[in-house]
Amino acid sequence: MASAEPDVKVSANGRMGRRARWHISTESYLRAAVVIGFIALIEALCRSGIIPHNTMIAPSSMLMNSIDILHSGRFSHDILTTFGNIIVASILSVLLGFGIGLALHAVPPARRAVEPFLSAYYAVPTFIFYPVFIVVLGVGARPIIAIAVLLAVVTMITATLNGLDRMPTVLHKTALVMRLSPWRAALHIKLPATLPYLFTGVKLSVAYAFIGVIASEFILSGSGIGYAIGYAYNNFQNGDMYGLMFIVLVSVTLVNVALNRIDRRFQLRRKR
Amino acid sequence: MKNLLGPAVVVLVVLALWEVLHLAIGNSALTSPWATVVELKDLVLTADFWQNVAETGKALLYSLIIAFVGGTVLGVVLGVNRMSGAVAEPILLNLYSLPKVTLYPLVLLVFGLGISAKVAFGVMHGLIPILMFTMNAIREMRPVLLRAARTMHLSTRQSIMHVVLPAIFPQVLTGLRLGFSLTLLGVLIGEMFASQQGLGHLLTNAMNLGDIRSIMAIALFLTVFALGCNALLMIIDKRVQHR
Repeated sequence: MASAEPDVKVSANGRMGRRARWHISTESYLRAAVVIGFIALIEALCRSGIIPHNTMIAPSSMLMNSIDILHSGRFSHDILTTFGNIIVASILSVLLGFGIGLALHAVPPARRAVEPFLSAYYAVPTFIFYPVFIVVLGVGARPIIAIAVLLAVVTMITATLNGLDRMPTVLHKTALVMRLSPWRAALHIKLPATLPYLFTGVKLSVAYAFIGVIASEFILSGSGIGYAIGYAYNNFQNGDMYGLMFIVLVSVTLVNVALNRIDRRFQLRRKR
Repeated sequence: MKNLLGPAVVVLVVLALWEVLHLAIGNSALTSPWATVVELKDLVLTADFWQNVAETGKALLYSLIIAFVGGTVLGVVLGVNRMSGAVAEPILLNLYSLPKVTLYPLVLLVFGLGISAKVAFGVMHGLIPILMFTMNAIREMRPVLLRAARTMHLSTRQSIMHVVLPAIFPQVLTGLRLGFSLTLLGVLIGEMFASQQGLGHLLTNAMNLGDIRSIMAIALFLTVFALGCNALLMIIDKRVQHR
């Protein structure tokens, strides 16, 4: 399929009984142990000087720096700008992707023509067109959001097509029998029926929106977390740099965990 | 021939939109498709351009080899051992969706400027999708195959070499196709931030100069290259799946 990510599997968890539940918690413990062990290893390597201080600071100091950054409010403007852009870009690409997906699904010849490009889409580094967007949309948030949408919309289109493909035919027929208009059919039948698949698309779109916004800020921008990290790097301010990186990594992880949890619930519903 | 018609129409529509946008916003903002092709033709005739292409190609090749071998080996290990796979999967998914650009200062500080940083960036982007595809392919392998291996008293190494790898080969190839795209993306990003050579560096240069002509020409070159490689891998993919 076109999505750049292997279709997320519902690990066998859902189907199993009590024994499985015990098994899951062992996995989570092990997972936590792996993550904590890895962080502890880096901490030890940094503290002992095996990883030099000017290459990487210890995770604990990253944490302290990021708390300091959030507390002092030095980068609040950048952080808010970035997250605002990510939210706008995610919403736009989800809506746009769903709309385009519906339209393509309704016109099979158009879909057949576009599909090869959808699956090759991520081979083209989209943000090389960023300068063009700056000229067209002006400096500021708009070209950044445009790039992020360009990056995130395709995975949503693919997810929508995938969901519509797997929708039981009987539901299409129900819409016909009830003589629903295309709009109402989309809203009352297609949207709820494809929701589990759509959510996988939403999850990926948000991930791509993060990547698009932060990458564009690195390249050409005067504000945002990406810009701030680049600036700190160029001025050898390792403390700020790692503090900001830490904030990005932790927030992406938290968003992912939350979205994955909702996703898993949808996937289980799909099984019923 | 018939199934080429649709994509051809799409290409024409994109070209038409490009021309319309060019006419709407003017030549300084967006060069026309024809002017871009002419510019690319001029670029292609310079030795300098090919030197940069070779530089990018070299980094791409190294990254692909590392990402492919590393991804397949780790994928087999995590796929065969179910527990470790279940433990690793959410961590990998999270790593996959991290904006890896954020980590570029770290990569530069560790690997220094130059080809190793580019390769590291490419591998960071391409390895995980290949790994996930391999792992899921093994998990979804028909259990009868492994049972057959056991009945024949194959050693672990033998059953991996003669049973598991041939069985998952098609999926690994699909993973490689997706991994290819992301590796190319990673190498280009690496070059844009951290290199004095390569197409990514040419792009950053052109961006800083506001040289839209060169940007569009390089973008066209990269797009055609990426789509071409993808189509090639897709043809191989189809042939293998049909077997």
